[in-house]
Amino acid sequence: MTDWPILSTVTYLPLVGAALILLIRDDNEAARRNIRNIALFASIATFIVSLFIWIGFDPANAGFQMVEQSAWLGTGITYHMGVDGISMLFVILTTFLIPICILASFESVEKRVKEYMVAFLVLETLVVGVFCALDIVLFYVFFEGSLIPMFLIIGVWGGKRRVYASYKFFLYTFLGSVLMLVAIMAMYWTAGTTSIPELLQFQFPVAIQPWLWFAFFASFAVKMPMWPVHTWLPDAHVEAPTAGSVILAGILLKLGGYGFLRFSLPMFPVASADFAPLVYTLSVVAIIYTSLVALMQEDIKKLIAYSSVAHMGFVTMGIFAVNEQGVQGAIFQMLSHGLVSGALFLCVGVVYDRMHTREITAYGGLVNRMPAYATAFLILTMANVGLPGTSGFVGEFLTLLGVFRANTWVAIFATTGVIWSAAYALWLYRRVIFGALEKENLRSILDLSGREKVLLYPLVALTIFFGVYPSPVFDVTTASVEKLLSSYSAALQAAQSVALAQ
Amino acid sequence: MYQAIVLLPLVGFLIAGLFGRSIGAKASEYVTSSLLIVAAVLSWIAFISFGFGEGETLRVTMLRWMQVGSLDIDWSLRIDRLTLVMLVVVNTVSALVHVYSIGYMHHDPHRPRFFAYLSLFTFAMLMLVTSNNLVQMFFGWEGVGLASYLLIGFWYKKPSASAAAMKAFIVNRVGDFGFALGIFGLFVLFGSVNFDTIFAGAADVAGRMAGGEGEAATAGAPVLVFAGYSLSMAGALTVICLLLFMGAMGKSAQLGLHTWLPDAMEGPTPVSALIHAATMVTAGVFMLARMSPVFELSHEALTVVTFVGATTAFFAATVGLVQNDIKRVIAYSTCSQLGYMFVALGVGAYGAAIFHLFTHAFFKALLFLGAGSVIHAVSDEQDMRNMGGLRKHIPITYWMMVIGTLALTGFPFTAGYFSKDAIIESAYAGHNSFAAYGFGMTVIAALLTSFYSWRLIFMTFHGKPRASHEVMHHVHESPMVMLVPLFVLAAGALLAGLLFEPYFLGEGYEEFWVSALYSGAENHVLHDMHATPFLIGLLPTIMMVIGLVLAWLFYIRSPQTPARIAERHSGLYKFLLNKWYFDELYDVLFVRSAKALGRFLWKKGDVGTIDRLGPDGISARVLDVTDRVVRLQTGYLYHYAFAMLIGVAALVTWMMFGGAR
Repeated sequence: MTDWPILSTVTYLPLVGAALILLIRDDNEAARRNIRNIALFASIATFIVSLFIWIGFDPANAGFQMVEQSAWLGTGITYHMGVDGISMLFVILTTFLIPICILASFESVEKRVKEYMVAFLVLETLVVGVFCALDIVLFYVFFEGSLIPMFLIIGVWGGKRRVYASYKFFLYTFLGSVLMLVAIMAMYWTAGTTSIPELLQFQFPVAIQPWLWFAFFASFAVKMPMWPVHTWLPDAHVEAPTAGSVILAGILLKLGGYGFLRFSLPMFPVASADFAPLVYTLSVVAIIYTSLVALMQEDIKKLIAYSSVAHMGFVTMGIFAVNEQGVQGAIFQMLSHGLVSGALFLCVGVVYDRMHTREITAYGGLVNRMPAYATAFLILTMANVGLPGTSGFVGEFLTLLGVFRANTWVAIFATTGVIWSAAYALWLYRRVIFGALEKENLRSILDLSGREKVLLYPLVALTIFFGVYPSPVFDVTTASVEKLLSSYSAALQAAQSVALAQ
Repeated sequence: MYQAIVLLPLVGFLIAGLFGRSIGAKASEYVTSSLLIVAAVLSWIAFISFGFGEGETLRVTMLRWMQVGSLDIDWSLRIDRLTLVMLVVVNTVSALVHVYSIGYMHHDPHRPRFFAYLSLFTFAMLMLVTSNNLVQMFFGWEGVGLASYLLIGFWYKKPSASAAAMKAFIVNRVGDFGFALGIFGLFVLFGSVNFDTIFAGAADVAGRMAGGEGEAATAGAPVLVFAGYSLSMAGALTVICLLLFMGAMGKSAQLGLHTWLPDAMEGPTPVSALIHAATMVTAGVFMLARMSPVFELSHEALTVVTFVGATTAFFAATVGLVQNDIKRVIAYSTCSQLGYMFVALGVGAYGAAIFHLFTHAFFKALLFLGAGSVIHAVSDEQDMRNMGGLRKHIPITYWMMVIGTLALTGFPFTAGYFSKDAIIESAYAGHNSFAAYGFGMTVIAALLTSFYSWRLIFMTFHGKPRASHEVMHHVHESPMVMLVPLFVLAAGALLAGLLFEPYFLGEGYEEFWVSALYSGAENHVLHDMHATPFLIGLLPTIMMVIGLVLAWLFYIRSPQTPARIAERHSGLYKFLLNKWYFDELYDVLFVRSAKALGRFLWKKGDVGTIDRLGPDGISARVLDVTDRVVRLQTGYLYHYAFAMLIGVAALVTWMMFGGAR
């Protein structure tokens, strides 16, 4: 088992499914059903195989595990894969959410089914690749490549303003990625290697750290997204099909946070410490500003999208607090947000499929006809609000505690987030779910179907499970985070003593 | 056994919540109620066997929760006397309310959901009071908030109920903001959120403060930088206590954060009895008592607590004078009585506060359930102006309400007499700078309490019937399933004071509480309050009598007087009737301005500035050229992929041929 390339297997297994689908001619209903089934089967198989990564993972080992390495292009660039405590659970999250996305699209996507499923499977490969890549060039290829299927999903299967949305998406991310490419070149120039484990050991000169940090920051901040480069996200969500939103909020947003933890913090510690106040400011602004904007949204999906931005503010703040609670809380918050926001977008999809509108005013009193839906939506809303006992609380609490230890001003402003989130989330719930069922066209709306229950209930159950017993996550992350923190503080101290000596 | 006490309601919630629709309403009622009764009986057994036994604090660990760095939190129970008192209160009232609801809710089609919520509430409340650390307490704290939200909004078709539910949750969240920051602060100071560690640390600080080096050791070294201020140990503790108190103010509806409580009366009446009178709203009092080792270190914080409590006691009593909704009168009364408890906490008489919490649970639940019985009798009418003359028709309810009123107003030897007098005496004996203010306010409030309580009785039960003929025709006494809980609570309202006074306050105080309630070395208030002059001890009783006589004059002797006075002082009357205009003020200050700000940031910030300068500005140029739909074959997607590939190719080429040094 040890020399079996399990990470590559998980990464490329979806491509096998995609290849099979490409062989089928998409011209009748039976063929489309086959396509859907193959896609679902391939993604479930990938998920099951990926569980072996978790089973085989050694939580005591802080370094990279299940490493695969082979020369590539004869340039020093290698095909180098591996996971540690920070990246491993994101791989699992990805392989877990993709089957849900595919199943969620069974009925709502009717045109170009073949291309749609291929896009999702390719996306899975690329995203898993991002989390496993241990060579910075490989990382860059996967990281940027993952945008292409996402473009397609929004641009082809999106709503009315999909052109505008994918254009915006493109513009923001392109700008960030160009800068990151330049930074990667500079890093290779300085360190003479593209291997991430070696780069993690390398101490970049203090003088160039700010430049490299900013170049990476540009890319990751857009991905996160942080204020003020967040405006692509609400539009992308609104236009994307339901499954696209799930994957966007659930996984693609996490690439930014992962990038901060993998590159910014350990490789440019001095710059990270110097620029932490900037990140704090942007995070706090994100939490308060976007919460207030979320409050006034008229479109359900847009409201949840804005709340995602606010929740990602907790993540960036926690990461740059650079202590156990902050960083572990940030990782947990990302995983939890992947489950919760994914499930919330599925909830929006449920009513959208029925009524073909996302206007809040078009709903009201759904609890009368849809009690199961109302219950699931309530639990997820509470998780979004950060109610203790749901996974949302653990991440929020730890990041706030972490940042309180670093800077109380930031903690005070960020903690107001608990008030704002309650305001926008409960107001939404009241307008959509509570009240008398007065609208004529809602009279015959149906409760969750069997397929929708299969989609939502596991997510709801996991939300509560990880809220009550988050230890499985912390068991995995602790060793790697501690290593990250100790090398970070060692690097800071070294830099300080050098500065003193001069 | 303790796990059973806490977890049985959870089992009831899960059964009724998950399978309520399949097992039916009757089964859900019986399952949840009987589980609660078992839990209540077990609590009494624990209270008697443990409470009067050795009294060492027990700790039961159940499950690991979070272990991150030095933060280490378990799901665990802490059993000491304070916990036991709360267990008895919560489970007894909850079991009675469950039983009562079988009768009260029997027309409602959603009974399984109702009983599930009641049990969920009870479970959360038990987690709150048995917690061994601040975070689990916060779990219970927010959990009861959730249950309260669900139960206030239980009749979700009423827009006012949904609005009240949301208001309750959000206002409580404002308090929780402070509570959360307080938890963070204590973690920074003592390196833990577990009570044992915090109390040990607090005792250490107390020792240093007492032992000469006090000022030097505590005033000097900054231990916490909060909001830009470097705080010494004493300063940090004051800030933390005030933050914790902010949480308590939200949950216990103290002045400023009280606005949700009267609106919460939109929920079914048994809910008001359980959550908004006997248990949840006292969580703030419980929290301060639990944290007494920390609060004892900050006189400044305790002074603030006294001031807020006294002001609330007065404010809520004045508003209660003129309300016409029977439940709202009792709601403001609750608010006022909670103010009393905070006065006691503020002057350091923790035992008196918890004693009043204990007795108040009985008589206030009795009053609410009695009011529910009235409402049930007069076809869901709640306005007292449409009642009157009900005494003959529902005599049992009438007498139960009178017992509740006697206890609330402090009639000699009823439960309220002992606990309320204790608070007023402790305020008299207290030493902090607002103790005298607390004394004055609580004495005036005692007069007001007596007036509005008897006003309620007289308007509802005496005089001529003002209800329509049809309603009067239907008036009927409630069934036994509703009356028996009233009898039990009435027994408590009459006897709880007499029976338990020696343990909670009197000679048995030290022995009973052991270390569950902590008093600092300089805190002699309990000793001093027994030495108050005789006249001071008599004062509350005098106030009670004056209030009763005034109410009798106003509402029995010459019923036209109140209207005349209201007319003559119409400004004051309107001010009180509109609850000091808090809701209107908050609506302008917070609700409208938050909405306006949100709209401004959205339209002017995101759309007007960021997008206009950013993507839209650029796109205005670019889209002129490539104004085409994205398809698989055309558009800028290819350009992007192409650009990226070129980038990678350039990078690779450069590294292969020129780059590597």
